[in-house]
Amino acid sequence: MVAHDIDLELPQGVRYALIGPNGAGKTTLINLITGMLRPDSGQIALDAADITSLKPDERVRRGLARTFQINALFPHLSALEAVTLAVLERQGHSKTWWKPLPAYRGDIDEAHAILVSLNLGSVSHRLTRELAYGQQRLLEIALALATRPRVLLLDEPAAGVPKDESAELFAAISGLSQNLTVLFIEHDMDVVFRFASRIIVMVGGRILVQGSPQEIGADPRVREVYLGKRRHG
Amino acid sequence: MANASRYFEKQIRLRPLEIAFWLATLLPFVVAPAYLQLASQIAITALFALSLDLILGYAGIVSLGHAAYFGVGAYTAGLLAKHGWGEPLSSLLVAGALAGILGYLTSHIIVRFRHLALIMLTLGLGLLLYEAANSASWLTGGADGLQGVRIRPLFEMLKFDLYGRTAYAYSLAVLCACFFVSRRIIHSPFGLALRGIRENALRMPAIGAPSRAHLRKVYTIAAIIAGAAGALLAQTTETVSLEVLSFGRSADVLVILILGGAGRLYGGLLGAIVYMVARDQFAGINPQYWYFWIGLLLVAVVMLLPNGILGGLAKFFPPKD
Repeated sequence: MVAHDIDLELPQGVRYALIGPNGAGKTTLINLITGMLRPDSGQIALDAADITSLKPDERVRRGLARTFQINALFPHLSALEAVTLAVLERQGHSKTWWKPLPAYRGDIDEAHAILVSLNLGSVSHRLTRELAYGQQRLLEIALALATRPRVLLLDEPAAGVPKDESAELFAAISGLSQNLTVLFIEHDMDVVFRFASRIIVMVGGRILVQGSPQEIGADPRVREVYLGKRRHG
Repeated sequence: MANASRYFEKQIRLRPLEIAFWLATLLPFVVAPAYLQLASQIAITALFALSLDLILGYAGIVSLGHAAYFGVGAYTAGLLAKHGWGEPLSSLLVAGALAGILGYLTSHIIVRFRHLALIMLTLGLGLLLYEAANSASWLTGGADGLQGVRIRPLFEMLKFDLYGRTAYAYSLAVLCACFFVSRRIIHSPFGLALRGIRENALRMPAIGAPSRAHLRKVYTIAAIIAGAAGALLAQTTETVSLEVLSFGRSADVLVILILGGAGRLYGGLLGAIVYMVARDQFAGINPQYWYFWIGLLLVAVVMLLPNGILGGLAKFFPPKD
Protein backbone atom coordinates (compact mmCIF):
# COMPACT_ATOMS: atom_id res chain seq x y z
CA MET A 1 0.00 0.00 0.00
CA VAL A 2 1.47 3.27 -1.08
CA ALA A 3 0.52 6.88 -1.37
CA HIS A 4 1.87 9.36 -3.94
CA ASP A 5 1.62 13.06 -4.61
CA ILE A 6 -0.70 13.78 -1.73
CA ASP A 7 -1.53 17.46 -1.35
CA LEU A 8 -4.06 17.88 1.39
CA GLU A 9 -5.10 20.64 3.72
CA LEU A 10 -7.44 20.10 6.66
CA PRO A 11 -8.92 23.40 7.89
CA GLN A 12 -10.11 23.63 11.48
CA GLY A 13 -13.50 22.26 12.38
CA VAL A 14 -14.23 20.43 9.14
CA ARG A 15 -15.61 16.86 9.16
CA TYR A 16 -13.81 14.95 6.46
CA ALA A 17 -14.65 11.53 5.14
CA LEU A 18 -11.82 9.69 3.44
CA ILE A 19 -13.20 7.11 1.05
CA GLY A 20 -11.86 4.85 -1.65
CA PRO A 21 -11.66 1.17 -2.57
CA ASN A 22 -9.63 -1.28 -0.51
CA GLY A 23 -5.92 -0.78 -1.03
CA ALA A 24 -6.36 2.85 -2.06
CA GLY A 25 -3.92 3.93 0.64
CA LYS A 26 -6.37 5.44 3.15
CA THR A 27 -4.78 3.91 6.25
CA THR A 28 -1.35 4.59 4.78
CA LEU A 29 -2.27 8.25 4.59
CA ILE A 30 -3.30 8.26 8.27
CA ASN A 31 -0.07 6.49 9.16
CA LEU A 32 1.89 9.16 7.29
CA ILE A 33 0.06 12.03 8.96
CA THR A 34 0.48 10.54 12.45
CA GLY A 35 4.12 9.57 11.95
CA MET A 36 3.68 5.81 12.15
CA LEU A 37 5.15 5.80 8.65
CA ARG A 38 7.86 8.14 7.37
CA PRO A 39 7.28 9.74 3.96
CA ASP A 40 10.06 9.30 1.39
CA SER A 41 9.59 12.90 0.44
CA GLY A 42 7.34 15.81 1.28
CA GLN A 43 6.27 17.64 4.36
CA ILE A 44 3.59 17.43 7.04
CA ALA A 45 2.64 20.55 8.96
CA LEU A 46 0.34 21.20 11.89
CA ASP A 47 -0.73 24.84 11.99
CA ALA A 48 2.43 26.56 10.81
CA ALA A 49 4.86 24.08 12.37
CA ASP A 50 6.65 21.44 10.33
CA ILE A 51 6.13 18.12 12.15
CA THR A 52 7.58 15.81 9.50
CA SER A 53 10.49 14.77 11.73
CA LEU A 54 8.47 14.32 14.93
CA LYS A 55 7.78 10.89 16.41
CA PRO A 56 4.16 9.68 16.78
CA ASP A 57 3.96 10.44 20.52
CA GLU A 58 5.35 13.94 19.97
CA ARG A 59 2.72 14.58 17.31
CA VAL A 60 0.01 13.41 19.69
CA ARG A 61 1.23 15.92 22.28
CA ARG A 62 0.97 18.62 19.60
CA GLY A 63 -2.69 17.76 19.09
CA LEU A 64 -2.78 15.11 16.39
CA ALA A 65 -4.63 12.00 17.55
CA ARG A 66 -5.88 8.87 15.85
CA THR A 67 -7.84 5.69 16.43
CA PHE A 68 -7.27 2.28 14.92
CA GLN A 69 -9.30 0.17 12.55
CA ILE A 70 -8.58 -2.91 14.67
CA ASN A 71 -9.02 -2.24 18.39
CA ALA A 72 -5.69 -1.31 19.95
CA LEU A 73 -6.69 -1.08 23.61
CA PHE A 74 -5.35 -2.06 27.02
CA PRO A 75 -7.17 -5.35 27.75
CA HIS A 76 -6.51 -5.53 31.50
CA LEU A 77 -6.95 -1.87 32.31
CA SER A 78 -10.43 -0.68 33.16
CA ALA A 79 -11.94 1.89 30.83
CA LEU A 80 -11.44 4.56 33.50
CA GLU A 81 -7.81 3.57 34.05
CA ALA A 82 -7.07 3.65 30.33
CA VAL A 83 -8.60 7.08 29.73
CA THR A 84 -7.08 8.45 32.93
CA LEU A 85 -3.71 7.25 31.67
CA ALA A 86 -4.19 9.17 28.43
CA VAL A 87 -5.17 12.33 30.34
CA LEU A 88 -2.15 11.99 32.66
CA GLU A 89 0.16 11.55 29.68
CA ARG A 90 -1.21 14.72 28.11
CA GLN A 91 -0.65 16.65 31.35
CA GLY A 92 2.89 15.31 31.66
CA HIS A 93 2.03 13.72 35.03
CA SER A 94 2.90 10.21 33.94
CA LYS A 95 6.52 10.76 34.88
CA THR A 96 5.57 11.19 38.53
CA TRP A 97 6.14 8.04 40.59
CA TRP A 98 5.98 9.37 44.13
CA LYS A 99 2.38 10.62 44.21
CA PRO A 100 -0.57 8.24 44.36
CA LEU A 101 -3.18 8.26 41.60
CA PRO A 102 -6.10 9.56 43.72
CA ALA A 103 -4.15 12.82 44.11
CA TYR A 104 -4.95 13.53 40.44
CA ARG A 105 -8.60 14.04 41.05
CA GLY A 106 -9.11 16.62 38.31
CA ASP A 107 -7.59 14.37 35.69
CA ILE A 108 -9.61 11.37 36.85
CA ASP A 109 -12.81 13.43 36.76
CA GLU A 110 -11.96 14.58 33.25
CA ALA A 111 -11.42 10.98 32.14
CA HIS A 112 -14.72 10.01 33.70
CA ALA A 113 -16.47 12.90 31.94
CA ILE A 114 -15.09 11.79 28.58
CA LEU A 115 -16.40 8.27 29.20
CA VAL A 116 -19.81 9.65 30.20
CA SER A 117 -19.94 11.79 27.06
CA LEU A 118 -19.52 8.62 24.99
CA ASN A 119 -22.12 6.67 26.99
CA LEU A 120 -19.45 4.60 28.73
CA GLY A 121 -20.02 6.03 32.19
CA SER A 122 -21.84 2.96 33.47
CA VAL A 123 -19.05 0.57 32.43
CA SER A 124 -16.07 2.74 33.35
CA HIS A 125 -14.91 0.32 36.07
CA ARG A 126 -15.02 -2.71 33.81
CA LEU A 127 -11.86 -4.15 32.32
CA THR A 128 -11.48 -3.22 28.68
CA ARG A 129 -11.53 -6.84 27.53
CA GLU A 130 -14.89 -7.34 29.23
CA LEU A 131 -16.57 -4.52 27.30
CA ALA A 132 -18.90 -5.22 24.40
CA TYR A 133 -17.31 -4.73 21.00
CA GLY A 134 -19.22 -1.56 20.24
CA GLN A 135 -18.16 -0.12 23.61
CA GLN A 136 -14.55 -0.94 22.79
CA ARG A 137 -14.90 1.05 19.56
CA LEU A 138 -16.13 4.00 21.63
CA LEU A 139 -13.25 3.56 24.05
CA GLU A 140 -10.89 3.89 21.07
CA ILE A 141 -12.37 7.34 20.51
CA ALA A 142 -12.35 8.16 24.23
CA LEU A 143 -8.61 7.48 24.37
CA ALA A 144 -8.00 9.77 21.42
CA LEU A 145 -10.18 12.51 22.89
CA ALA A 146 -8.30 12.33 26.20
CA THR A 147 -5.23 13.64 24.38
CA ARG A 148 -7.28 16.79 23.59
CA PRO A 149 -6.59 16.71 19.88
CA ARG A 150 -7.06 19.53 17.42
CA VAL A 151 -7.05 17.04 14.59
CA LEU A 152 -8.64 13.63 15.06
CA LEU A 153 -8.10 10.85 12.54
CA LEU A 154 -10.54 7.94 12.82
CA ASP A 155 -9.63 4.81 10.91
CA GLU A 156 -12.97 3.08 10.26
CA PRO A 157 -14.39 3.90 13.68
CA ALA A 158 -17.45 1.74 13.04
CA ALA A 159 -15.56 -1.25 11.63
CA GLY A 160 -17.46 -4.38 12.61
CA VAL A 161 -20.22 -2.47 14.39
CA PRO A 162 -23.83 -3.29 13.38
CA LYS A 163 -25.49 -0.62 11.25
CA ASP A 164 -27.87 0.73 13.89
CA GLU A 165 -25.05 1.07 16.42
CA SER A 166 -22.80 2.69 13.85
CA ALA A 167 -25.28 5.55 13.41
CA GLU A 168 -25.14 6.07 17.18
CA LEU A 169 -21.35 6.08 17.06
CA PHE A 170 -21.26 8.68 14.30
CA ALA A 171 -23.82 10.77 16.13
CA ALA A 172 -21.33 10.86 19.00
CA ILE A 173 -18.56 11.83 16.62
CA SER A 174 -20.56 14.64 15.04
CA GLY A 175 -21.35 15.92 18.53
CA LEU A 176 -17.66 16.60 19.17
CA SER A 177 -16.39 20.15 19.55
CA GLN A 178 -16.70 22.29 16.43
CA ASN A 179 -13.10 23.45 16.87
CA LEU A 180 -11.95 19.91 16.27
CA THR A 181 -10.96 18.80 12.79
CA VAL A 182 -12.11 15.24 12.15
CA LEU A 183 -11.13 12.93 9.34
CA PHE A 184 -12.72 9.50 9.21
CA ILE A 185 -12.37 6.52 6.93
CA GLU A 186 -15.72 4.85 6.30
CA HIS A 187 -17.16 2.50 3.72
CA ASP A 188 -20.86 3.02 4.39
CA MET A 189 -21.93 5.73 1.94
CA ASP A 190 -25.08 6.59 3.87
CA VAL A 191 -22.95 7.44 6.88
CA VAL A 192 -20.38 9.29 4.77
CA PHE A 193 -22.93 11.52 3.11
CA ARG A 194 -24.77 12.12 6.34
CA PHE A 195 -21.88 13.08 8.58
CA ALA A 196 -19.12 14.47 6.37
CA SER A 197 -18.92 18.13 5.39
CA ARG A 198 -16.18 17.30 2.88
CA ILE A 199 -15.25 14.07 1.17
CA ILE A 200 -11.83 12.99 -0.10
CA VAL A 201 -11.69 10.16 -2.60
CA MET A 202 -8.49 8.13 -2.84
CA VAL A 203 -7.73 5.67 -5.60
CA GLY A 204 -4.46 3.83 -6.20
CA GLY A 205 -2.53 5.81 -3.61
CA ARG A 206 -3.55 9.19 -5.03
CA ILE A 207 -6.24 11.67 -4.16
CA LEU A 208 -8.68 11.48 -7.05
CA VAL A 209 -10.89 14.33 -6.01
CA GLN A 210 -12.16 16.15 -2.95
CA GLY A 211 -15.18 18.30 -2.44
CA SER A 212 -18.53 18.73 -0.75
CA PRO A 213 -20.87 15.70 -0.60
CA GLN A 214 -22.94 17.17 -3.43
CA GLU A 215 -19.91 17.64 -5.66
CA ILE A 216 -18.60 14.14 -4.93
CA GLY A 217 -22.02 12.60 -5.43
CA ALA A 218 -22.28 14.21 -8.84
CA ASP A 219 -18.71 13.60 -9.97
CA PRO A 220 -18.70 11.10 -12.86
CA ARG A 221 -15.14 9.92 -12.10
CA VAL A 222 -16.10 9.00 -8.55
CA ARG A 223 -19.18 7.18 -9.75
CA GLU A 224 -17.07 5.24 -12.21
CA VAL A 225 -14.09 4.17 -10.05
CA TYR A 226 -15.70 3.87 -6.69
CA LEU A 227 -19.41 4.16 -6.32
CA GLY A 228 -20.04 2.34 -9.58
CA LYS A 229 -17.75 -0.51 -8.66
CA ARG A 230 -19.44 -0.88 -5.29
CA ARG A 231 -22.85 -1.09 -6.85
CA HIS A 232 -21.77 -3.96 -9.02
CA GLY A 233 -20.59 -5.75 -5.90
CA MET B 1 -18.16 12.47 39.88
CA ALA B 2 -16.75 11.99 43.35
CA ASN B 3 -16.66 8.24 42.96
CA ALA B 4 -14.35 8.44 39.95
CA SER B 5 -11.28 8.99 42.13
CA ARG B 6 -12.69 6.76 44.86
CA TYR B 7 -12.17 3.92 42.42
CA PHE B 8 -8.43 4.56 42.57
CA GLU B 9 -8.46 5.12 46.33
CA LYS B 10 -9.93 1.66 46.77
CA GLN B 11 -7.13 0.15 44.74
CA ILE B 12 -4.34 1.60 46.80
CA ARG B 13 -5.85 1.06 50.24
CA LEU B 14 -3.75 -1.16 52.50
CA ARG B 15 -5.72 -4.37 53.01
CA PRO B 16 -5.92 -6.21 56.35
CA LEU B 17 -4.36 -9.25 54.68
CA GLU B 18 -1.32 -7.16 53.80
CA ILE B 19 -0.89 -5.98 57.37
CA ALA B 20 -1.23 -9.59 58.51
CA PHE B 21 1.42 -10.64 56.00
CA TRP B 22 3.96 -8.11 57.23
CA LEU B 23 3.26 -8.97 60.85
CA ALA B 24 3.77 -12.64 59.99
CA THR B 25 7.24 -11.87 58.63
CA LEU B 26 8.23 -11.22 62.26
CA LEU B 27 7.21 -14.74 63.31
CA PRO B 28 10.53 -16.44 62.49
CA PHE B 29 12.16 -14.53 65.37
CA VAL B 30 9.83 -16.34 67.78
CA VAL B 31 8.79 -19.53 66.04
CA ALA B 32 11.89 -20.57 64.16
CA PRO B 33 14.96 -18.88 65.62
CA ALA B 34 17.12 -21.68 64.20
CA TYR B 35 16.07 -20.73 60.68
CA LEU B 36 16.81 -17.02 60.72
CA GLN B 37 19.69 -17.39 58.25
CA LEU B 38 17.26 -19.06 55.83
CA ALA B 39 14.67 -16.39 56.54
CA SER B 40 17.26 -13.74 55.72
CA GLN B 41 18.07 -15.48 52.42
CA ILE B 42 14.36 -15.60 51.64
CA ALA B 43 13.96 -11.87 52.31
CA ILE B 44 16.91 -11.11 50.01
CA THR B 45 15.54 -13.36 47.27
CA ALA B 46 12.12 -11.78 47.69
CA LEU B 47 13.67 -8.33 47.25
CA PHE B 48 15.40 -9.51 44.08
CA ALA B 49 12.12 -10.99 42.79
CA LEU B 50 10.32 -7.74 43.62
CA SER B 51 12.84 -5.90 41.48
CA LEU B 52 12.21 -8.27 38.56
CA ASP B 53 8.46 -7.89 39.06
CA LEU B 54 8.73 -4.14 38.46
CA ILE B 55 10.17 -4.65 34.98
CA LEU B 56 8.60 -7.97 34.03
CA GLY B 57 5.26 -8.01 35.82
CA TYR B 58 4.47 -4.34 35.38
CA ALA B 59 6.37 -3.12 32.31
CA GLY B 60 6.56 -6.39 30.38
CA ILE B 61 10.36 -6.52 30.03
CA VAL B 62 11.34 -10.19 30.06
CA SER B 63 14.88 -10.57 31.38
CA LEU B 64 17.13 -13.60 31.68
CA GLY B 65 20.06 -11.55 32.90
CA HIS B 66 18.75 -9.74 35.94
CA ALA B 67 21.54 -11.20 38.09
CA ALA B 68 23.88 -8.67 36.45
CA TYR B 69 22.56 -5.92 38.74
CA PHE B 70 22.31 -8.22 41.76
CA GLY B 71 25.94 -9.23 41.21
CA VAL B 72 27.19 -5.68 40.78
CA GLY B 73 25.52 -4.77 44.08
CA ALA B 74 27.00 -7.80 45.80
CA TYR B 75 30.53 -7.17 44.55
CA THR B 76 30.31 -3.47 45.34
CA ALA B 77 29.33 -4.11 48.95
CA GLY B 78 31.83 -6.97 49.24
CA LEU B 79 34.73 -5.01 47.81
CA LEU B 80 33.96 -1.93 49.88
CA ALA B 81 33.94 -4.05 53.04
CA LYS B 82 37.10 -5.87 52.05
CA HIS B 83 38.90 -2.57 51.62
CA GLY B 84 37.83 -1.14 54.93
CA TRP B 85 34.38 0.32 54.22
CA GLY B 86 32.42 -2.16 56.31
CA GLU B 87 29.61 0.13 57.42
CA PRO B 88 26.54 -1.70 56.03
CA LEU B 89 23.98 1.05 55.37
CA SER B 90 26.22 3.43 53.46
CA SER B 91 27.71 0.64 51.37
CA LEU B 92 24.19 -0.62 50.67
CA LEU B 93 23.40 2.79 49.20
CA VAL B 94 26.59 2.87 47.14
CA ALA B 95 25.89 -0.66 45.84
CA GLY B 96 22.35 0.34 44.85
CA ALA B 97 23.61 3.48 43.16
CA LEU B 98 26.27 1.63 41.13
CA ALA B 99 23.81 -1.05 40.05
CA GLY B 100 21.41 1.77 39.15
CA ILE B 101 24.02 3.48 36.98
CA LEU B 102 24.68 0.21 35.17
CA GLY B 103 20.92 -0.24 34.83
CA TYR B 104 20.49 3.24 33.38
CA LEU B 105 23.32 2.73 30.87
CA THR B 106 22.07 -0.68 29.72
CA SER B 107 18.45 0.48 29.64
CA HIS B 108 19.19 2.51 26.52
CA ILE B 109 19.79 -0.75 24.66
CA ILE B 110 17.16 -2.81 26.48
CA VAL B 111 14.18 -0.57 25.65
CA ARG B 112 14.78 -0.86 21.92
CA PHE B 113 13.93 -4.54 21.89
CA ARG B 114 11.06 -6.80 22.83
CA HIS B 115 10.20 -10.48 23.05
CA LEU B 116 12.81 -13.02 21.98
CA ALA B 117 15.44 -10.43 21.09
CA LEU B 118 15.10 -8.97 24.56
CA ILE B 119 15.57 -12.37 26.22
CA MET B 120 18.73 -12.99 24.20
CA LEU B 121 20.01 -9.49 24.89
CA THR B 122 19.57 -9.69 28.67
CA LEU B 123 21.02 -13.19 28.67
CA GLY B 124 24.04 -11.90 26.75
CA LEU B 125 24.56 -8.98 29.12
CA GLY B 126 24.40 -11.35 32.08
CA LEU B 127 26.95 -13.75 30.61
CA LEU B 128 29.21 -10.86 29.67
CA LEU B 129 29.36 -9.60 33.22
CA TYR B 130 29.79 -13.09 34.67
CA GLU B 131 32.84 -13.81 32.55
CA ALA B 132 34.22 -10.34 33.14
CA ALA B 133 34.07 -10.96 36.91
CA ASN B 134 35.52 -14.43 36.39
CA SER B 135 38.54 -13.15 34.47
CA ALA B 136 39.12 -10.17 36.79
CA SER B 137 40.16 -12.49 39.60
CA TRP B 138 42.63 -9.91 40.95
CA LEU B 139 39.56 -7.88 41.89
CA THR B 140 36.80 -10.41 42.50
CA GLY B 141 38.73 -13.48 43.59
CA GLY B 142 37.38 -15.23 40.49
CA ALA B 143 36.05 -18.73 41.01
CA ASP B 144 37.34 -18.81 44.60
CA GLY B 145 35.03 -16.01 45.57
CA LEU B 146 35.77 -12.80 47.40
CA GLN B 147 37.44 -13.45 50.74
CA GLY B 148 38.04 -11.19 53.69
CA VAL B 149 34.72 -9.37 53.68
CA ARG B 150 34.23 -7.89 57.16
CA ILE B 151 31.01 -6.06 57.92
CA ARG B 152 30.78 -3.64 60.82
CA PRO B 153 27.82 -3.90 63.21
CA LEU B 154 24.60 -2.29 62.07
CA PHE B 155 24.39 1.25 63.53
CA GLU B 156 27.73 0.28 65.20
CA MET B 157 25.59 -1.65 67.71
CA LEU B 158 24.04 -4.80 66.24
CA LYS B 159 26.62 -7.39 65.26
CA PHE B 160 25.87 -9.80 62.43
CA ASP B 161 25.69 -12.88 64.65
CA LEU B 162 25.92 -16.55 63.79
CA TYR B 163 22.19 -17.10 64.26
CA GLY B 164 21.20 -14.50 61.73
CA ARG B 165 19.12 -12.31 64.03
CA THR B 166 20.64 -9.08 62.79
CA ALA B 167 20.88 -10.43 59.25
CA TYR B 168 17.17 -11.20 59.09
CA ALA B 169 16.08 -7.99 60.80
CA TYR B 170 18.26 -5.97 58.45
CA SER B 171 17.20 -7.80 55.26
CA LEU B 172 13.56 -7.66 56.27
CA ALA B 173 13.72 -3.93 56.97
CA VAL B 174 15.30 -3.22 53.58
CA LEU B 175 12.77 -5.51 51.86
CA CYS B 176 9.90 -3.78 53.61
CA ALA B 177 11.17 -0.30 52.71
CA CYS B 178 11.73 -1.21 49.05
CA PHE B 179 8.38 -2.96 48.92
CA PHE B 180 6.45 0.08 50.05
CA VAL B 181 8.37 2.33 47.68
CA SER B 182 7.52 -0.11 44.86
CA ARG B 183 3.92 -0.19 45.99
CA ARG B 184 3.78 3.59 45.77
CA ILE B 185 5.36 3.51 42.30
CA ILE B 186 2.80 0.98 41.08
CA HIS B 187 -0.08 3.16 42.30
CA SER B 188 1.30 6.36 40.81
CA PRO B 189 0.66 7.84 37.36
CA PHE B 190 4.03 6.39 36.35
CA GLY B 191 2.91 2.94 37.49
CA LEU B 192 -0.28 3.23 35.46
CA ALA B 193 1.82 4.14 32.41
CA LEU B 194 3.94 1.02 32.98
CA ARG B 195 0.85 -1.13 33.02
CA GLY B 196 -0.22 0.57 29.80
CA ILE B 197 3.08 -0.41 28.19
CA ARG B 198 2.66 -3.98 29.38
CA GLU B 199 -0.90 -4.13 28.05
CA ASN B 200 -0.26 -2.55 24.67
CA ALA B 201 3.13 -1.05 23.93
CA LEU B 202 2.11 -0.14 20.38
CA ARG B 203 -0.86 1.93 21.48
CA MET B 204 1.14 4.00 23.96
CA PRO B 205 2.66 6.42 21.41
CA ALA B 206 -0.85 7.02 20.06
CA ILE B 207 -1.91 8.46 23.42
CA GLY B 208 1.19 10.63 23.49
CA ALA B 209 3.25 8.47 25.85
CA PRO B 210 7.04 8.53 25.72
CA SER B 211 7.24 4.76 26.34
CA ARG B 212 10.98 4.42 26.10
CA ALA B 213 11.60 7.10 28.71
CA HIS B 214 9.17 5.28 31.03
CA LEU B 215 10.94 1.98 30.43
CA ARG B 216 14.40 3.43 31.01
CA LYS B 217 13.22 4.83 34.32
CA VAL B 218 11.66 1.63 35.65
CA TYR B 219 14.62 -0.42 34.46
CA THR B 220 16.94 1.86 36.42
CA ILE B 221 14.77 1.64 39.55
CA ALA B 222 14.68 -2.16 39.27
CA ALA B 223 18.46 -2.28 38.89
CA ILE B 224 18.89 -0.21 42.06
CA ILE B 225 16.68 -2.61 44.03
CA ALA B 226 18.45 -5.66 42.56
CA GLY B 227 21.78 -4.09 43.54
CA ALA B 228 20.52 -3.54 47.07
CA ALA B 229 19.47 -7.20 47.25
CA GLY B 230 22.93 -8.25 46.09
CA ALA B 231 24.55 -6.01 48.67
CA LEU B 232 22.40 -7.53 51.41
CA LEU B 233 23.56 -11.01 50.44
CA ALA B 234 27.22 -9.98 50.47
CA GLN B 235 26.86 -8.25 53.81
CA THR B 236 24.85 -10.92 55.62
CA THR B 237 27.01 -13.81 54.38
CA GLU B 238 30.32 -11.88 54.43
CA THR B 239 31.37 -13.45 51.17
CA VAL B 240 30.71 -12.99 47.46
CA SER B 241 30.96 -15.81 44.95
CA LEU B 242 30.65 -15.70 41.17
CA GLU B 243 27.25 -17.32 41.59
CA VAL B 244 25.74 -13.87 42.29
CA LEU B 245 26.21 -13.06 38.59
CA SER B 246 25.32 -16.49 37.25
CA PHE B 247 22.70 -17.46 34.72
CA GLY B 248 21.30 -19.78 37.39
CA ARG B 249 20.48 -16.84 39.63
CA SER B 250 18.76 -14.97 36.79
CA ALA B 251 16.76 -18.07 35.90
CA ASP B 252 15.87 -18.85 39.53
CA VAL B 253 14.44 -15.39 40.16
CA LEU B 254 12.36 -15.65 37.00
CA VAL B 255 11.04 -19.03 38.16
CA ILE B 256 10.31 -17.58 41.60
CA LEU B 257 8.36 -14.68 40.18
CA ILE B 258 6.31 -16.83 37.80
CA LEU B 259 5.69 -19.32 40.60
CA GLY B 260 4.40 -16.62 42.92
CA GLY B 261 2.57 -14.58 40.28
CA ALA B 262 4.07 -11.78 38.18
CA GLY B 263 2.52 -8.32 38.19
CA ARG B 264 1.11 -8.62 41.70
CA LEU B 265 3.76 -7.12 44.01
CA TYR B 266 3.33 -9.93 46.54
CA GLY B 267 3.97 -12.54 43.84
CA GLY B 268 7.74 -12.35 44.13
CA LEU B 269 7.55 -12.44 47.93
CA LEU B 270 5.31 -15.47 48.04
CA GLY B 271 7.31 -17.16 45.28
CA ALA B 272 10.54 -16.62 47.21
CA ILE B 273 9.06 -18.15 50.36
CA VAL B 274 7.67 -21.22 48.57
CA TYR B 275 10.75 -21.73 46.42
CA MET B 276 13.35 -21.31 49.15
CA VAL B 277 11.51 -23.39 51.71
CA ALA B 278 10.87 -26.10 49.11
CA ARG B 279 14.52 -26.04 48.11
CA ASP B 280 15.58 -26.29 51.72
CA GLN B 281 13.28 -29.25 52.33
CA PHE B 282 13.98 -31.05 49.05
CA ALA B 283 17.71 -30.60 49.48
CA GLY B 284 17.34 -32.23 52.91
CA ILE B 285 15.54 -35.26 51.48
CA ASN B 286 17.55 -35.68 48.35
CA PRO B 287 20.53 -33.33 48.06
CA GLN B 288 21.54 -34.34 44.54
CA TYR B 289 18.26 -34.18 42.75
CA TRP B 290 16.37 -31.35 44.38
CA TYR B 291 15.97 -29.51 41.07
CA PHE B 292 13.78 -32.43 40.02
CA TRP B 293 11.23 -31.43 42.63
CA ILE B 294 11.55 -27.75 41.79
CA GLY B 295 10.91 -28.72 38.17
CA LEU B 296 7.84 -30.68 39.16
CA LEU B 297 6.57 -27.79 41.29
CA LEU B 298 7.03 -25.36 38.40
CA VAL B 299 5.25 -27.58 35.88
CA ALA B 300 2.38 -28.13 38.29
CA VAL B 301 1.98 -24.44 39.07
CA VAL B 302 2.17 -23.30 35.46
CA MET B 303 -0.34 -25.94 34.34
CA LEU B 304 -2.80 -25.57 37.20
CA LEU B 305 -2.31 -21.90 38.10
CA PRO B 306 -1.21 -20.04 34.96
CA ASN B 307 -1.03 -16.75 36.84
CA GLY B 308 1.10 -18.16 39.64
CA ILE B 309 0.14 -19.05 43.18
CA LEU B 310 -1.21 -15.56 43.90
CA GLY B 311 -3.14 -15.50 40.64
CA GLY B 312 -4.71 -18.81 41.62
CA LEU B 313 -5.57 -17.57 45.10
CA ALA B 314 -7.07 -14.39 43.66
CA LYS B 315 -9.56 -16.51 41.76
CA PHE B 316 -10.88 -17.97 45.01
CA PHE B 317 -10.94 -14.60 46.74
CA PRO B 318 -12.26 -12.14 44.18
CA PRO B 319 -11.76 -8.50 45.21
CA LYS B 320 -14.79 -6.98 46.86
CA ASP B 321 -16.26 -4.11 44.91
